[in-house]
Amino acid sequence: MLHGVRNAAVFPFLAGVLVLLTCDPVQVGVNLTGFLIPPSHQAPSATAPASQTPGASQSGVPVRPTLTPPARPTLSVVVLDPAHGGTDPGARGGAGLHESDVVVALASNLRAALEKEGFQVIFTRQGNDNPSFDDRSALANAQSGAIFVSLHAGSTGLPGTVRVYTCPDAPGNLAAPGGLLPWNRAQAAFLTLSRKLADIAQGELAKQFKGSPNSAPTAAIRQLRSIAAPAIAVELSSVSVDDRSELDRMLPGVADAVARAIASFKPVYDSWPPGGGG
Amino acid sequence: MNPRWRQWLFIGLAAAVLVAAVFLPLLRRSVKRSARLQVQSEEQARRELLHPTIVNSSEPRVKTSLFWASPEQDGALAAVSVQMPLSNDPVLRAKQVLDTLLAGPVDADLRTLPPDAALLEFYLLPDGTGVADFSDPMATSLPSGIESEQMAVDSIARTLEANVPQVQRLKILIHGQEAETLAGHVDLTGTFVVNTKGAVASAAVAPEMLTPTSAPGKLSQPERKP
Repeated sequence: MLHGVRNAAVFPFLAGVLVLLTCDPVQVGVNLTGFLIPPSHQAPSATAPASQTPGASQSGVPVRPTLTPPARPTLSVVVLDPAHGGTDPGARGGAGLHESDVVVALASNLRAALEKEGFQVIFTRQGNDNPSFDDRSALANAQSGAIFVSLHAGSTGLPGTVRVYTCPDAPGNLAAPGGLLPWNRAQAAFLTLSRKLADIAQGELAKQFKGSPNSAPTAAIRQLRSIAAPAIAVELSSVSVDDRSELDRMLPGVADAVARAIASFKPVYDSWPPGGGG
Repeated sequence: MNPRWRQWLFIGLAAAVLVAAVFLPLLRRSVKRSARLQVQSEEQARRELLHPTIVNSSEPRVKTSLFWASPEQDGALAAVSVQMPLSNDPVLRAKQVLDTLLAGPVDADLRTLPPDAALLEFYLLPDGTGVADFSDPMATSLPSGIESEQMAVDSIARTLEANVPQVQRLKILIHGQEAETLAGHVDLTGTFVVNTKGAVASAAVAPEMLTPTSAPGKLSQPERKP
């Protein structure tokens, strides 16, 4: 794929055709500093300037359409990210509760609920290891037709409530010429979809966990910034409870609500952008 | 030992037990109180060492808005207005308001920043970026979590926005170094928009994704696009 990108620099008149005809529309390519954002599922402001129509080059020379564009992927994979792990316990509660343990239990509940809904589930960490933010992002960004859900348990907030976060808006035009987007701002192209997913999930959780906000707040979460897919972070309140069973009782309800929200979000993802463009 | 001495010994021991029963709780209480005073004075000494008093009483007293946690709404900030002498120099002014923010509200439960954290330095770059360098406890003593970390950043950004209009963006350093996150969640590698109007005009200078723009008294909730 990187070879294809270099060719695009050498033969700019063929670049649009190459990208349109030969690439997977969601995971186009990855390198250390950036990757091509997918033509589907990205925010209009970050769209690559690819105004060519298949079958014609910039120079007007007709190009024989030998390949048909692959079908746009539908949402089938959920990447679950139990935060922290290893030497990083995350938030710590007075009763010896560690965020890294609570989120593994939540991930396990959520996996079962999502598999019931027919989704394939991938974990960013197994056991008690602690991959870096970028390792987790790389795993998620390698999936086609996927969303990313980061799981957290904070040390503040009204106990028994749940919040769903997305990244805040990105100022300025984030798309570089040719659609190359820096790795550290990958989420910018997916903010609209991330917000839709977060609002659906927050709505479901607010019905079940009184005191939770009705709309999803935003926060500059490091993990979400480099995810090239719709991405949310779910945070339970909190590890400061006196008794772990209070949190354990929440987990099945949170898992069911988030799984329901993802199932409701699937048609939005599958038909994005509205009107079928892209 | 004759019975008479034994009797005196018994009476003496009984008196000692009685005295101990009365004075031990008092002793324990006074030890606890002195330990607490020692902790407070250590914190005060550290603050005094790091911060020569920069509030000059001859400076005009102005209405200052400080953002701490709201007592009414979970996860939200609320502005508290105080009259305090503030310098006209933006750097000195930023230090004064941030020191007051760090000192905390009357109700300690409404703190957004750790009590043992200190502002080591504040710089203002020509492009309007304010660089706030905090001591290690800003990262190590802050309760870890998305909500608590974002509230900490928001309380700093919104206090600067309300009182130091020259600061358009905020960069947070921990002990002079760039940190990847504040306490495991919130990203510190970019800058946070402080003054929305000024920052939008120069967005190309720092096109980062960290924009805690928000309505007054609420956690960051940027305007949604339809």
